[in-house]
Amino acid sequence: MTVSATLSTPARAARARRAGARPWTFYALLALFVFYVLALYGPMICIYILSFQDVRGGLVFPMKGQSLHWFVDLFTQVRTGDVKGAFGRSIKLAALVTVLTVVFSFLAGWAFRRRFPGDTILFYIMIGSLVAPGLVLGIGIGLLCNFLGIESSLYGSALGAQLSWTLPFGVLVMFAVMSRFNGTWEEAARDLGASPLQTIWLVVLPILLPGIVAVALFGFTLSYDEFARTLQTAGPMNTLPLEIWSMTLNVTSPSLYALGTTTTIVSFLIIGLCLGAIVAIQRRRGGRATRGE
Amino acid sequence: MARVRGDIELAGVCKTYDGEVMAVEGINLKIPDGAYCCLLGPSGCGKTTILRMIAGHEDPTDGEIVIGGENVVGLPPVARRTAMMFQSYALFPHLSVRDNIAFALRVRGQSKAERYAAVDRLMEKVRLTELADRLPAQLSGGQQQRVALARAAITEPRVLLLDEPLSALDEQLRIQMRQELRRMQQELGITFVHVTHTQLEAIALADVVVVMEKGKIRQAGPARDVYAYPRDRYVAEFLGGQNVLSGRVQSVDGDSIVVASPQLHGIEVPLRKGLVPEPGGDVDFAVRRDEVALVRPGASGPPPHGAAISSRVVAVEYQGSFVKVMLDTVPGREFVAYVPERRFFDDPLAIGDVVLATWPSQSARLLD
Repeated sequence: MTVSATLSTPARAARARRAGARPWTFYALLALFVFYVLALYGPMICIYILSFQDVRGGLVFPMKGQSLHWFVDLFTQVRTGDVKGAFGRSIKLAALVTVLTVVFSFLAGWAFRRRFPGDTILFYIMIGSLVAPGLVLGIGIGLLCNFLGIESSLYGSALGAQLSWTLPFGVLVMFAVMSRFNGTWEEAARDLGASPLQTIWLVVLPILLPGIVAVALFGFTLSYDEFARTLQTAGPMNTLPLEIWSMTLNVTSPSLYALGTTTTIVSFLIIGLCLGAIVAIQRRRGGRATRGE
Repeated sequence: MARVRGDIELAGVCKTYDGEVMAVEGINLKIPDGAYCCLLGPSGCGKTTILRMIAGHEDPTDGEIVIGGENVVGLPPVARRTAMMFQSYALFPHLSVRDNIAFALRVRGQSKAERYAAVDRLMEKVRLTELADRLPAQLSGGQQQRVALARAAITEPRVLLLDEPLSALDEQLRIQMRQELRRMQQELGITFVHVTHTQLEAIALADVVVVMEKGKIRQAGPARDVYAYPRDRYVAEFLGGQNVLSGRVQSVDGDSIVVASPQLHGIEVPLRKGLVPEPGGDVDFAVRRDEVALVRPGASGPPPHGAAISSRVVAVEYQGSFVKVMLDTVPGREFVAYVPERRFFDDPLAIGDVVLATWPSQSARLLD
C-alpha cells in the first residue's frame, strides 16, 4: 500500500505516456517551433508566391493571376537594371572567392595541425576581422584603396573585401574538418614510400574531400550573398546583392520578387549539388558498410 | 639472388623528448634474421618508441640501429626495407582493398596493369581475392588486419614491424589471428618485431621475448626462459605464473641458501650462477604457481627437501583445466597455487581451510 502510494505520481506519468498523451510542455514547445518556422520561411514564401503574378500584378497581396511574366520582364527590361550582367559577375566572383578560400583555408588548416610559436596569436589575428562591422570594413578598404591610388574594382578591392569575410570562416570550418584527420594515415603513406606531395595528393586530399566541399560551399554562399563589404569596394560594376538593393530603391514591380525567386533557386541548386557530392563520396566510402563493424 | 638479411641490432639506443623525458634508455638488443620478436611491457614503457625508431618514423637521440649490417639511422622507411603495420591498421578509407595493397607500388610509379597483377597474386596467396573491391569500412576486424598485413608485405620488406596488431580484435579472433601472424611470418621468412602488452600473446608467438620497463630492457630471451626463469622480480610478476616471496638470508651453504622472514621459516632456495647473496641481506625468490602443492596438515608429512608454509584459503577460482587457489601465505601479497583440476576435486578445498603450501626446494628460483 505504502509503496503504491509513494510511486503514484511517476506511475501516473508512465501510464499517461503509454496512452500516447504528451505533457503540456510538448505543445508549448511545438507552438514555439511552428512560430519559428513561420517567421523564418513565411516572408520568403510570400515573395516567391507574389513573383508568379501576371502583368496586372502589384507589390502586395492579393495575388493577381498566375504567369511567368515578371521573370521575362526581369531579364529583358532595361529599366530594371542589368540583372543578367550582375548575376554573371556575382557567379564569377563567387567562384574565384571559393577557389582562393579553399586553397588558403586548406594550407592554414594544414599548418595549424602542429603547434608553433605564436600560433594562438596568429589564429586570433586571422579570425579577428569577423567581429569588425562589414560596412565599416568595406568603407575602410575603399578608403585605403583610394589612398594608395588603386581604383575600386570587382576583382581587386571587392575580392579582397569578400576574402576578409570568407577566409576566417573557411579556416574555422577547415579546422573542424582536419581535427578528424588521423595522422597515422600520413605515416602509413610515408611508410609505404610516398613522398610528401604524393601523400597529400593520394591520401590527404581524397580523405578530406567531403570537408573541402563543405568549405567551398561556405565560401561560395558567403560571397554570393555578400553585401556590406562589397558596397563600398565594388567600383562601377554591381554584384547581384548590390543590384537587388538598388532595385528595392527604384523598381516597383513584382520583377523584384522574380529576382528573389531566381537567386533562391540558384542557391538551392548549388547547395544541393554540394550536399549531393558529399553524400555520394560518403556512400562510395562504405555507406553499405553495415556489416563492417 | 642473395637474400637481404633482416637481422636487427640496437646499440646504445636512447630517445628523449624535449630533452628531458627519457622514453628509451640505452637499449642494446640483437634480433636474429627471420626471428619473431615480441617487445613486451606495460603502456609507456618505450616499446612502441623502439618500434617506431626501427621503422624510421622517429630518430633516436643517441645510438645506432643496424639492419642487415647497415646503420639505418636517418634513412626513410623505404630505404630501410622495413614495413610497419599500425595499431588501428591505418587502411586508407577511400581506397578499395586492391588499391590499398597496391599503394606502395603506385607511389613507385608502376603502371596500373603491372601493380594489379602483383597485388592479385598476393591477394590469392593470403585469401583476400573475394574482398578485392571492398572498402575498409566494409571489412571485419580480422579482414582489415589481413589487408594491412598484405599492404605491408607487398614491397617484400626484410623486417615487418607490428604495433599492437591484435589489440583491436575480440578475444576469440585474437587467438585465431595470432596463429595467422605466426604462419605468415614463417611463410615470408622475414623478421617480425611485434609490440604487445599481453604476456600470453608474447610467449605464444615469439622466438625472442623482450620484457621492458620504463625505457629499459629487463630481460630478453626465448619465451620459455623468460617465463620459467625470470631474472628479477619485475619480470616474474609481469609475466605471471610465479609467486614472488622475499626474506632475509639466514645462511649460505654450498649451492643453496636458507631464507627466513616472519612468515617463512628456513626456506631453502638453490643458488643461481652469478648471484652471491650475503648472509643477513634481503633477497627475492620465485616459485611457480603450478609447482605449489597443497596438503592438508597432518595428512602425510611434507616432502623431503621441500618447503611447507601453513596458509589459509582466501579464494578459489575454477579455470577449467586447473583450479586457482589463493592463499594468505604472505599478508598483503598474492600467493597462488594452480592445482590440476582432478587433484583438486579429489579433496576440494573451501575458503577458510588451512593447508600447507609446499614445493620442492630446487624449484624455487632466486631473483636479482
